[in-house]
Parts: sequence; structure tokens; C-alpha cells
Amino acid sequence: MRYQDEYRHPAAVHATTAAIARAATRPWTLMEVCGGQTHAIVRHGLDQLLPPAVTLVHGPGCPVCVTPLELIDAAIAVAARPEVTLCSFGDMLRVPGSRRDLLQVKAEGGDVRVVYSPLDALALARRHPERAVVLFAVGFETTAPAVAMAIHQAATGGVANFSALISHVLVPPALEAILAAPGNRVQGFLAAGHVCTIMGTEEYVPLAARHRVPIVVTGFEPLDVLQGVLLCVRQLEEGRAEVENQYARSVRPAGNEAARAMIRRVFEVVPRAWRGLGEIPQSGLGLRPAYAAHDAVRRFGLAAAPVAEPAECISGLVLQGRRRPAECPAFGTRCTPERPLGAPMVSSEGTCAAYYRYRGGARAS
Amino acid sequence: MSPPVLPLACPLPLDRYPAVTLAHGGGGRLMQRLIGDLFRRAFDDPLLARAHDGATFELAGRVAFTTDTFVVRPLFFPGGDIGRLAVFGTVNDLAMCGARPAYLSAAFVLEEGLAMERLWRVVRSMRAAADEAGVRIVTGDTKVVERGKGDEIFINTAGIGTCPAGVDPHPARVRPGDVVLVSGDVGRHGMAVMAEREGLAFETAIASDLAPLAGLVADLLASGTDVHCLRDPTRGGLAAALHEIAVAAGVRVDLEEPAIPVADDVAGACEVLGLDPLHVACEGRLVACVAAADAARALAALAAHPLGAGAARIGAVAASPTPMLTVRGALGTTRIVELPAGDQLPRIC
Repeated sequence: MRYQDEYRHPAAVHATTAAIARAATRPWTLMEVCGGQTHAIVRHGLDQLLPPAVTLVHGPGCPVCVTPLELIDAAIAVAARPEVTLCSFGDMLRVPGSRRDLLQVKAEGGDVRVVYSPLDALALARRHPERAVVLFAVGFETTAPAVAMAIHQAATGGVANFSALISHVLVPPALEAILAAPGNRVQGFLAAGHVCTIMGTEEYVPLAARHRVPIVVTGFEPLDVLQGVLLCVRQLEEGRAEVENQYARSVRPAGNEAARAMIRRVFEVVPRAWRGLGEIPQSGLGLRPAYAAHDAVRRFGLAAAPVAEPAECISGLVLQGRRRPAECPAFGTRCTPERPLGAPMVSSEGTCAAYYRYRGGARAS
Repeated sequence: MSPPVLPLACPLPLDRYPAVTLAHGGGGRLMQRLIGDLFRRAFDDPLLARAHDGATFELAGRVAFTTDTFVVRPLFFPGGDIGRLAVFGTVNDLAMCGARPAYLSAAFVLEEGLAMERLWRVVRSMRAAADEAGVRIVTGDTKVVERGKGDEIFINTAGIGTCPAGVDPHPARVRPGDVVLVSGDVGRHGMAVMAEREGLAFETAIASDLAPLAGLVADLLASGTDVHCLRDPTRGGLAAALHEIAVAAGVRVDLEEPAIPVADDVAGACEVLGLDPLHVACEGRLVACVAAADAARALAALAAHPLGAGAARIGAVAASPTPMLTVRGALGTTRIVELPAGDQLPRIC
């Protein structure tokens, strides 16, 4: 298939792994930020192709995984209301809240729909003025522009029955938190190519300089990931700490300016709690006051009381790259995709789900 | 028996009852008309015409018996419809037992409000499919449920066929050293239904691979191959079918990903939607496990049939203390294939 086969070509892949092996003279630990990259690595076995000197740890870039339990409970509570149609991306449906998940709400008669685009939810609200349509808006900077567009169109088009439960998070503050945490092992980042397609690369420059850490904006195909590793290892070996762009076929330094303008118009930067990581200052997006009428938290008076996580789940450590899924005693036994203790086992981008799916997690049970 | 020429328009007087009503399932005159003018007319079989509680007939030798229920949405999709699926699905299950399909039952659960024209289209399609597969629909049943309690049409078919002497493919016969063959490219049906259901527009419409496989199986058996196991990779796709075989036979099945045929349009659609073609349903493909010594002969027999033109050797069976399915990718790394927790594509068949 065009635009894919060339990035999976075995000879090119093996030439790149050989170049990494030549470049790496000392042990290095790199983190791929995005869950999509984690899945590419585990599905294609890219970690098996790397020299022993290079260790990949998996980052927090799974939006479903870092959505706090109390927000999932809020979505479940609002979905159970008889007047509400809750629209969600498919992945969120099976994420367990503290007592049940959205699929159970649907089975009990709640109107829960899967949408592929936030604008589909807005169209549903226009078609059904008698329903209160709520979009469960989860994601990083990648999905934020389309959510912003839906809310802006609802506001300007007078679609009063449309609101959004916002759980948008930002990548750079999470990287800052990981680097600042005591005992951090990460020496270089493969940044998330799709996030940077929207946001550009400039906001990573101060981060790289402050922490003396190379940041390579990287794509999602096997050759992308391995080229990202190679660029990162070369920087580390040469003592450089720069922002480099491996994914130049998609990412421009300034990003997508129209998309960024739409994000700025609708959202403001707010503190946000991350599941497994805790509250990170200036790490999320919230609706600006001008759009408050479309804020589902306000409209339905949703209280976001903190909820205790299952004590056994170590998803916080997994999301920071401090533990691998197999190091969790519950992995594949008390925690499986059918009965997940934590979100990384549920989402298709979750690290635990990737290991379960491609590395035989069921073997453990 | 030559197939009847069925009118395109529904034979029931639509001016009075353009849609199914609860009375059509009530056991009275309306139900009699529905059965007589629609089902019996379309299926047009002397055994059905007896209007008895069941069909009676002679069968010689070992018999294969199977049943399946069909709840696909949408009812009509590129390459087929629920009626064709209901006939071929059961025909193929019989074929996977090595049997020659002979007789089918057809039971309908109709939702109140279903347009009579839509029902007629489905029933007409079932008759055409039965003729194509060489089976007779000889008994049936109809129920009507209230609006909202069903999804237009649910169909159950059961089928009976006869097995040639000495033919008994089943998973427990799979042995380490066996070779795994597939009769063509995988993932078409699931992607065709999903694209239609979700209104996804691709450059080319992906058509289902829906087809009756009994003829292909007959040719494979006639080649003299000792077929250890046959399976049609429907719901759950190739991965689920081979996973089940691995567990039932207590072996490891090792696939070579570059050898697995996937059409470009299906691969592209899967990539866009984040699906793995190994988990996407087929409705006109089979996987066969045969002894290595038989592999070339079996592959030639499959490839000589129009429905097996894309046949390929995709893997092998190995001894293993734990049953599992593995896939070695183009990069030379191997991954384990687990069954997904739920359907990748809910309710496709």
C-alpha cells in the first residue's frame, strides 16, 4: 500500500537498526510519548530489533488512560439521565468508572453513541433538538481543534442543546512533570508526531534546553520510530539536546495555525488532574467563559469529587515509564481487557493492552 | 427443478399491508397469506408445499447438521444481503464438516413495521442463493415482534448435508507439521458491512466475499488431499478461526504475515480505522490444515476453482505446551495474536 509500505520496508528497517547499533556506545533510555507509537513498537516488535544499549519506555500519551476516574464517573452519571444523548469516542465506552462503564449504562437504556468526529455529535444535536447532546471530549492537542470547532459552531449557530464534558490535556507539561520527578530515567523523548502536526515544535525548545534532553518529533510507522530513535541516540552520544523533526512530512515548525487559532479561541489553559500522574499545573484545556453555556459540568451541575483508584493498579508508574506492564502482579491475572483494573489495559493505545495483545498477556493467567 | 422467475415486486397486496404488522405473526389469515404468498411462493419446494409441521425425506450415510442465526445491519450491503448470508452461512458450516449441503430450514423474526418490499427482497435473494448453492429450503417459521423489540429481520437457518465416506475434517486431527492454507484474501466481508453501516466513503466500494464454499471443498476433497481441518473464518476473522483450532488441537499455529493475502482496499480501510485485517470477518473463504506432503496438491486444487483463485500457503502448525497463534511480520519479529475482548466489529453476522 502506498504511503505505508515504504515506511515498513524490511531492508530500510534493518539498515536503520544497524545504524542505531553503530551509534549507541553507551546505554540510553528513551521514552516514546504517544500510545500510537507504543502500539507500533509492540505490534512490529521494534524493541526486539534494537541493540541492548537502547531501552524504550512507554509514555503517558494515551488520552483514555490519563482521563481521571472522577470525569469518567461524571460521564457515566450524565449518560444515565433520560434526556441525555452522550457521544463518545469508541475507546471510552469500556473504560471502567468506579462502579460501572458506559457500555453498562447503554445496556441499562442510556443513550450512548460512538462518534468518529465531534462534528458528528453537533450534527446529532441539530437533528434532535429535543435531546441534550453531550460530547465526552477526551484527548490531547490532536483532537482539541475539532472539539473546539464543534463548540464554536454550536455557540455561533445557537445549538443550545449541545454541550461538552471536557477532558483535554497537553503534552509538554506532562513531559516536564516526568523530567522533574525524582528518580526519572528518561534521557530522550520521541515526541508525538500528530500532536506536533497541530501544535508545531516550538514549545518543546525551552523544555529540551532546560532539562538538557533531546526531543525528536517522531511518526508512527516502524521506520519513523526507528529513525526517531537513531536521531535521539546520535544527539545523546554527541552531547546535544535539541528539538529535531523526524516527521517532517506532516509536522511544520509552526504547526497548523488555523487549528491552533481555533483552540485558542475556544479554550484556555487550566490545571488538570491526570489519571495516574495527579494534578499537573497548566496541563489541560478548559472552555473560555464565552463558551460556558456549552460546558456540561456547569449545565448538569456535575461534581468532580476525587475518587480512590483500585489500590492494586500501578498505572501511574506505567504511564511514567517507571514500570513495565509485566512487572505488575495483577497483569494478565486480575487485570485483563475483559476485567481491567486501570485504563492502560482498556484503551487500544494503552501500554498494558499492547503488551497483553501482542506479547501474550493471557499466558500469565 | 428449474428456478422460478420471481417477480421483482412483492406479491402481497401492499395497498392494505405495506409493512409487517403483529397480525402477520398471529396465526390467522394474514399469517397464512404471508407464508403462502411470500415464503412458499419464493422457496417453491414440494416439501414446503405440503404445509406440514416439518419436512420428511430420505438421507443416505453420515449426516452433518448445523445452525446459525443472522442479525446483520444493514440488511443490504455491497456484495450481498442478510438473506444470501443466511443461506451461504449455513451452507458453508456444512461444507466445513466436509458435507454436501442438502436441506435448509429458515426461521424469521420480523419486526413490526418492516416494509413488505424489503422482506420480499430478502426472501427472493435467499431463493437465488439456495439455487446457487444447490440446497432446498424445506421448512420454516415466522414470528413477529413489536416495533423496537427487533432489528427489522433476524433469520435463523439450520442445515443438513451428507458426508462422503472417510471424510471427517475437525480440529482434533490437526498435527504439528501440518500446513495452513487460505482460499483467498481476507477481511472483505467485515469491511464491506462496516463501511456501509457507518457510512464510510472509500474511493472504491469494498464488496463482501460472500460465497457458497461447498463446491470448493468438494474439489479439494476430490484432489485426494487428506484434509485434517477446515474452517470458514467468519466472525473474529482468520485470527479467531486459527486460535480456536490451536486450542482444540493443543498446538501452536505460526502464520507468516507477508504471505496472508489482503486486498489493498481492505488493508487501507483497516489502516484508517485502526483495525487488524486478521480479525475482520470473511464469508466466502476457508482455511485448511493439511499434511505438509499434501500442501502443493491442496493448494493447486483450491487455486483451480474460481473461489480459490487467490489461495495461499500462510503458515504451519508446531508442537507447543501452550496452544497459541503467532504471526511473524515482514520485519522478522514475531507477535502473539490474542482474541480481542469483544468484537472488533460488533454485529456483522
